[in-house]
Amino acid sequence: MAIATAPGKKKRRSTRRVEKRQGTRDRMVVIAMVGVPTLLVIWLVWLPALASVALSFTRWNGFRIDGIEWVGTQNYRDIVNIYPPFWPAIQNNLVWLLFLFVFPTIFGVLIAVILDREMWGSRFYQTAFYLPVVLSLALVGFIWQLFYSTDQGLINAVFGSNVDWYGDPSINLWSVLIATSWRHTGYIMLLYLAGLKGVDASLREAAAVDGAGETKTFFHVIFPVMRPINMIVLVMVVIESLRAFDLVWIINKGRNGLELISALVAQNVIGEATRYGFGSALAVIMMIISTVFIVIYLRIVFKEERG
Amino acid sequence: MSATTSTPPTPASVKPSAHTGAGGVMNKRRGTIATVFMFVLALIWLFPLLWALYNSFRDYSYTQTNGYLSFGGWTLDNYQNAWSRGNFGLHLKNSLLITIPAVALTLFLSSMVAFVLARFSYRFNLTLLGIFLAANLLPPQALLIPVFKMFREIPLPTFMSESGTMLNSFWALILVNTAFQMGFCTFVLSNYMKTLPYEIYESAQMDGASVWRQYWQLTMPLVRPALAALATLQVTWIYNEFFWATVLISRGDKLPVTSALNNLRGQFFADTNLVAAGSIIVALPVLIVFFVLQKQFVAGLTLGSTKG
Repeated sequence: MAIATAPGKKKRRSTRRVEKRQGTRDRMVVIAMVGVPTLLVIWLVWLPALASVALSFTRWNGFRIDGIEWVGTQNYRDIVNIYPPFWPAIQNNLVWLLFLFVFPTIFGVLIAVILDREMWGSRFYQTAFYLPVVLSLALVGFIWQLFYSTDQGLINAVFGSNVDWYGDPSINLWSVLIATSWRHTGYIMLLYLAGLKGVDASLREAAAVDGAGETKTFFHVIFPVMRPINMIVLVMVVIESLRAFDLVWIINKGRNGLELISALVAQNVIGEATRYGFGSALAVIMMIISTVFIVIYLRIVFKEERG
Repeated sequence: MSATTSTPPTPASVKPSAHTGAGGVMNKRRGTIATVFMFVLALIWLFPLLWALYNSFRDYSYTQTNGYLSFGGWTLDNYQNAWSRGNFGLHLKNSLLITIPAVALTLFLSSMVAFVLARFSYRFNLTLLGIFLAANLLPPQALLIPVFKMFREIPLPTFMSESGTMLNSFWALILVNTAFQMGFCTFVLSNYMKTLPYEIYESAQMDGASVWRQYWQLTMPLVRPALAALATLQVTWIYNEFFWATVLISRGDKLPVTSALNNLRGQFFADTNLVAAGSIIVALPVLIVFFVLQKQFVAGLTLGSTKG
């Protein structure tokens, strides 16, 4: 077969020819190699996702299967109309998203752009910024207790104040967001730094020759070229802020100013009351929002796959 | 903290201006400003961990009388206290027993799928990749109720799980973590495998090597760098996993260390120095992994964002 030099499309066609000659045993092996992992992911992700949708139209305390009662869209109406923590949770999730966007994301991009200069000590700075990325958000919440504690925290010690940073419902969301940002910035920086490394150096040179300033070069040349990375970062921020859970759960299980949809779902399952149908309806709301962004993400990825 | 902003430019900070790096030319003044800015910012970023480290070595009564802005009162008692009261030995062992099998299983299963995706061009390839990738991005909370209920109903023999069901067993966490992480690994690995020259499979096919041998003896050794990067990343991610362990494990003695933090909260928050010591203990395993395998860690993250 004269494949060695045949580029692109031709190679693909020969792939098919090789496939055709596959023996039965090989075919069985391929089926098993794909089948086992696929069954696992269908069993633990896709079937539960469908089950959540189905359960969201029922009322069920989770004990007996025949105790499931069909209630139509009652759960959704209840959530919107008479479930007190729902709208605060939506609001908090939105604030979370906006904050992550405005502060750590833009900050992370800025840091990446500066560090891309191969400045002196760049390695050290990078390490400093992504060190928090390896820590869990639960642990981040723990560590920031050293700053936020009312009587033993650093902030109150420095300013002589007496604020309960994690407890006061009018400010605890902001305290948590700052702690999250400490971790999130490094992650964005890393993603962006990788993207910047991939930008063709000749683009920059051409812009410099044309007399474009650094700011102008970034916004008019580099930023547009990095569109796929920009989109991926955008999707990541949305999904991260929807999934946010660990920090608020470790502080007060998502109550008292720290309501998030994710925490509400958990409260309805492992909290005092087990309301599976109601919790599922909340879960489906989460799922619908995330699906929009997952589709955007997959489209970008697949466009790159094909292209 | 603000004192460092007025630091005079060090000789080294002149360097970037003379240097045309990947990012291009920077004039002298801007280079200096950037260096100072970065330096201050990096210190701010390191500060929380350094502050935790500092206070973890200080005596509670000393900081109570002299305040937290003092210097001194050194002790190692916090670590001893935190270790025994937090039962960290047990929880770290649980984390190990969950993380290692989960990472191994994730890499094994996803490398098989990735191999098929890269080696053959079936029509269902994109759909398959989509099934795995989307699963990776779904919020886990959205699947909580069915998974929780299902695990409670699945019986396990007592030698596999003391509770007699999937709930409260390590098996549950290993499988759930694997199912969720496979998407990312499959994606990264299949991209990596696609960069291998296709000819190697053709000659292997000529030599009569079975598909399994092509996967195990040909592809796997060649993708070792990607596997190493992913393993590093997955170890930290699964070690850090909080949500599933919190909801699927209700027995305190079965909790891995990250979700055990939730129960320690009440005991520890009365004494900040104890919180500091506990935090350092929990952070230490990932920090060690990070510093030893920093290159792998960064490679893993960036492999996923850009095409290998």
